[in-house]
Amino acid sequence: MPDKEWDRPENLPLPVPDEDSLMFWQGLSDGKLLLQTCIECGTKNYPPVSMCCQQFNFEWEDAQGTGSIFSYVVTQQPVHPALKGHTPFLTVIVQLDEGPRITSNLVDGNPENIEIGSRVELHLVELSDEVTLPLFKLCSD
Amino acid sequence: MSFMNSVAVVGVGETDYSTESGRSELVLSLQAINAALKDAGIGHDEVDGLLRWSVDTSSEATVAANLGLSNLSWFGEINQAGNVGAALVANAAAAIHAGLANVVVIYRGVNGRSGRRYGRGDVTGRSGRGSAAFTEPFGMLTPQHGLAMTTRRRMHETGVSSRDFGMVAVCEREHANRNPRATFFEKTLSIEQHQESRVIVDPFHLFDCCLETDGGGALVLTSVERARERDGHVAMIRAAAQSGYSVRNFIDTAAVGLAPNLWERAKITPSDISVAQIYDHFAPFVLFALEDYGFVRRGEGGDFVSAKEISWDGGSLPVNTSGGHLSEAYMQGMNQLIESVRQARGESTAQVSDAQFSFVDTGIGTGAVIFERGE
Ligand SMILES: [Zn+2]
Repeated sequence: MPDKEWDRPENLPLPVPDEDSLMFWQGLSDGKLLLQTCIECGTKNYPPVSMCCQQFNFEWEDAQGTGSIFSYVVTQQPVHPALKGHTPFLTVIVQLDEGPRITSNLVDGNPENIEIGSRVELHLVELSDEVTLPLFKLCSD
Repeated sequence: MSFMNSVAVVGVGETDYSTESGRSELVLSLQAINAALKDAGIGHDEVDGLLRWSVDTSSEATVAANLGLSNLSWFGEINQAGNVGAALVANAAAAIHAGLANVVVIYRGVNGRSGRRYGRGDVTGRSGRGSAAFTEPFGMLTPQHGLAMTTRRRMHETGVSSRDFGMVAVCEREHANRNPRATFFEKTLSIEQHQESRVIVDPFHLFDCCLETDGGGALVLTSVERARERDGHVAMIRAAAQSGYSVRNFIDTAAVGLAPNLWERAKITPSDISVAQIYDHFAPFVLFALEDYGFVRRGEGGDFVSAKEISWDGGSLPVNTSGGHLSEAYMQGMNQLIESVRQARGESTAQVSDAQFSFVDTGIGTGAVIFERGE
């Protein structure tokens, strides 16, 4: 079930879906992380693209939702007004086991003990009927 | 059809650099253009081309009207962000080589501190639209956020440390301490001060981050034939290249894509370069660019910089000899283009002797120029 509890800085921009990304955002609202997959070369494009291999047809494959931390940054000073009062703020890049690298946040991320390579799993956070964000949490193993 | 050494930069000019210019971006542009034309010894009436950054606010029509140009026959702008300085030089040179213009002025004027602040996302923010839907909602809000991601990953892969790239900031500060135009002309910086400075976006310390500057700069380009009618050294454009290479892997810089093109066009190798200016919005990218252009091998940049090989004082490849974006001014490539020309003409405040080939990168692999000293 999507989580409504994550304490998100209220002035962070919301994603604005467009024609090429609508499937992705709709998938999240339905509880799935869909990866746009080229039917020609099999590349999983993230973010979604408009064309791959000179064609416009894609399959949308359900990702497993598991991956590992590829990189991360911790915003310590409020360099952007949206982060005022919310520092330190952790942003991560998760490399999904399927390959794509996704910019995201950890719902339980403590900037102090984050490491490249840590295993994470998908944790959807519903912000509204239209917008659900693909966030992650550390695997408990 | 190469323009190799057929076009030269014959004039450079800048305004004072400050945090509160008290004048419009248009006036900053015009003052810089006046200074560059004076330096070139070329009259306003000879200018028939204007070229500019799309992100700037002073249109060529307004600039031409204020300069009183009656002869403007070629103009344009290049989009992306602050990184297109080398692309502007490449395109102006191509226009002159093709006979579309005789004298082209490349200009900019920005109130980068008192007006629109780049580092706060004022220019680059897209309110969650387009591809920003996949970054900004997660706190990737300013240019430095994506760059910090790449930095963290490369630290992990190559073992380079904050102290290593802190030496970039230290060497550049030493260069600024020789340059009266530099914002930090009178302030020294030690590696300890760098390490103790507050963290802005981890792994960037305060002194890894570029300045925010109000100011203007301009370059005057013309044919080598016209250039030789004047006195003094000529900064010939040996080669220039731009790259639309889009880096999405958070490891490489665009220099990986640009470098083969650039060296092929220039018919020289990195070891032929005497002095380099490299886009230093953030200190570690100087080190990454040195690796990705092939000046050193991947993973060797940290040791190279730690050994102060980029210092004017005894280094094998002095880098950012005016103080760069970290210590002179953040004019997004313009001040580094100016310094690169000065090196080729023998006029720098940290002059490298016998600088035959002077290299400048204006956006970590999205564009570069190699100037050659001519008589
Ligand atoms: Zn494809």
